[in-house]
Amino acid sequence: MARLTSAAGRRLIAGIPTGWLLLLFLVPFIIVFRISFSEVRLAIPPYTPLLTFRHGSPALELHWSAYQFLFTDPLYVSSYLYSLKVAAVSTLCCLAIGYPMAYAIAHAGSATRPVLLMLIVLPFWTSFLLRVYAWIGLLKNNGVINNLLMSLGVIHHPLALLQTDFAVYIGIVYSYLPFMILPLYANLEKHDAALLEAAADLGARPARAFLRITVPQSFPGIVAGSLLVFIPAVGEYVIPTLLGRTDQLMIGRVLSDEFFENRDWPVASAVAILILLLLVVPILLFQRYQRRELEGAR
Amino acid sequence: MTAAGDPDSAYVRMANLTKKFGDFTAVDAVSLDIRRGEIFCLLGGSGSGKTTLLRMLAGFERPSGGAIHIDGEDMSAIPPYERPVNMMFQSYALFPHMSVERNIAFGLEQEGLQRAEIRRQVGDILDIVKMGGFGSRKPHQLSGGQRQRVALARALVKRPKLLLLDEPLAALDRKLREHTQFELISIQQRLGVTCIVVTHDQEEAMTLGTRLGVMNHGRIAQVGTPSDIYESPVTRFVADFIGSVNMFEGRVSEDGAECVRIRSEELGCTVRAERSVHCVGGSTVWTAIRPEKINISRHRPLAASAQRADAAENVVRGTVREIAYMGDMSIYLVQLDSGRMMRVTLPNITRGTERGFAREESVWLSWHGSSPVVLTE
Repeated sequence: MARLTSAAGRRLIAGIPTGWLLLLFLVPFIIVFRISFSEVRLAIPPYTPLLTFRHGSPALELHWSAYQFLFTDPLYVSSYLYSLKVAAVSTLCCLAIGYPMAYAIAHAGSATRPVLLMLIVLPFWTSFLLRVYAWIGLLKNNGVINNLLMSLGVIHHPLALLQTDFAVYIGIVYSYLPFMILPLYANLEKHDAALLEAAADLGARPARAFLRITVPQSFPGIVAGSLLVFIPAVGEYVIPTLLGRTDQLMIGRVLSDEFFENRDWPVASAVAILILLLLVVPILLFQRYQRRELEGAR
Repeated sequence: MTAAGDPDSAYVRMANLTKKFGDFTAVDAVSLDIRRGEIFCLLGGSGSGKTTLLRMLAGFERPSGGAIHIDGEDMSAIPPYERPVNMMFQSYALFPHMSVERNIAFGLEQEGLQRAEIRRQVGDILDIVKMGGFGSRKPHQLSGGQRQRVALARALVKRPKLLLLDEPLAALDRKLREHTQFELISIQQRLGVTCIVVTHDQEEAMTLGTRLGVMNHGRIAQVGTPSDIYESPVTRFVADFIGSVNMFEGRVSEDGAECVRIRSEELGCTVRAERSVHCVGGSTVWTAIRPEKINISRHRPLAASAQRADAAENVVRGTVREIAYMGDMSIYLVQLDSGRMMRVTLPNITRGTERGFAREESVWLSWHGSSPVVLTE
């Protein structure tokens, strides 16, 4: 009885997430992948079929035109590069702000620590969309920030804050900061205080001990937090649409426009596949690193 | 109580060293002198303040009062990273992301030594702790005993004036511990480094230490050589803490020049101790007798037979209640006629059982006049 439940139970527990991933990730991926090798046509669905029957025998029809188009129109390349830049800068900002915060929480007293963690998680209680809208109210020409600065006499004409790179960075860093802080905190909190004492004992000043002991040991947390910010930031749609420039789109917006404005499904699918390829590289690197860590951790 | 010894020979000197955590006094006005080149063991139970004392020497805790001098230099204002002191941590605290070599080199790198010089010194110390082939391993690839050696090497390579060892052998299993103890002593003698060892394990303290300091409630209860502490404890706490002991309350009936006579109701006989103690006749004292210093026999010992039964000295009757066979020796729990239990150990010299006593057997216990220790506090 016990054996039966344990074997069946294990299969069930492993099976549910596997089935979930197959159904909701792999199958859609295959559909999108397949569409990216079609050509657009005015029909329902709006793309050419992959298999055609000519004189009774099936023929595979693969079109590269969607991918070719991506590299001929500079819009796509520049959107990709811009997205990578925005995501990279945002990730570095999150790291620069998040590391000291995570460090402070990890070293806070046992009474204040849960309160601080609560404050990090608190924004999730409000809808993400509402929080981004709130930034419009803060950043716009007659918004809170400009009005305050003008009433104080610091400036005489409103600053153009909205629809700039700056607004996008603020939006992304603000929204994704918890995803940087939480894994970093989880890592820093586990650090053995004796290691820093040992470093001090061996002659390392606090700053040196931090660089040689704390930072290398928190590397898994840095990588995890950075990926959690970087990956969604690359494909971010809402924040650049609401706060960002109109002359330079991020790739997420391009993708959505291709689907819903242009109704060019093959090109939209090709854009999606290329985003995925861009993101798969860092994910694989991270997984390799994690495997090495696991082997090392014992 | 202060340490014995010539003040000129004090290499590490603690004077009225005190540490308070809020209302709690962890270390209470400890004055202690450590000689150059000795292994001094601080022995105490948990919460006795021994670890706090060690952490003050390393610089991790700021004393609430008193001073520490090492080689004549006041340590009060010197942060841990500038002290000529290194510590071997109880958990070893090896840097998990660095190889054995990098761990050991870490301290030398902070001194700004040349790379070739660092490599040479790391190689030398690895040979001393017999870890020559393990330089490129990571700590998690080492056994507990190997990690202990690396931790020792990492502290020793800095050539500290004072080496602190926090429960150095606690994480090792029994067989390895015994072996490592002697090796630790041999390395220490070879390098001549002054050591302070903190331990709760009296066996470890006895084998490692040239001198011991027994700590209790933040104070030093007694300082002395291992045999001083074992054979001549000065308080009931020390007598009871080190080894096992039979302790009986009594009253001084006769205070002579060469011996004291103590009448103990608990024991049911008069104790004659060949040691003069400063006590007043009639005052309450305690006699402590180590279990291995008690003789057990089936017949009334000859020396005692001459005495009248009611005036028996250093001899009592009892019944064996429990026997614990330990291999090398046996422990007998004997219930005296007064009702108290007495612990007696006998080495099992021969392989047979002819010396063995049976449970519920009636026996005589006796001891020499030099065996009892008379304690007044």
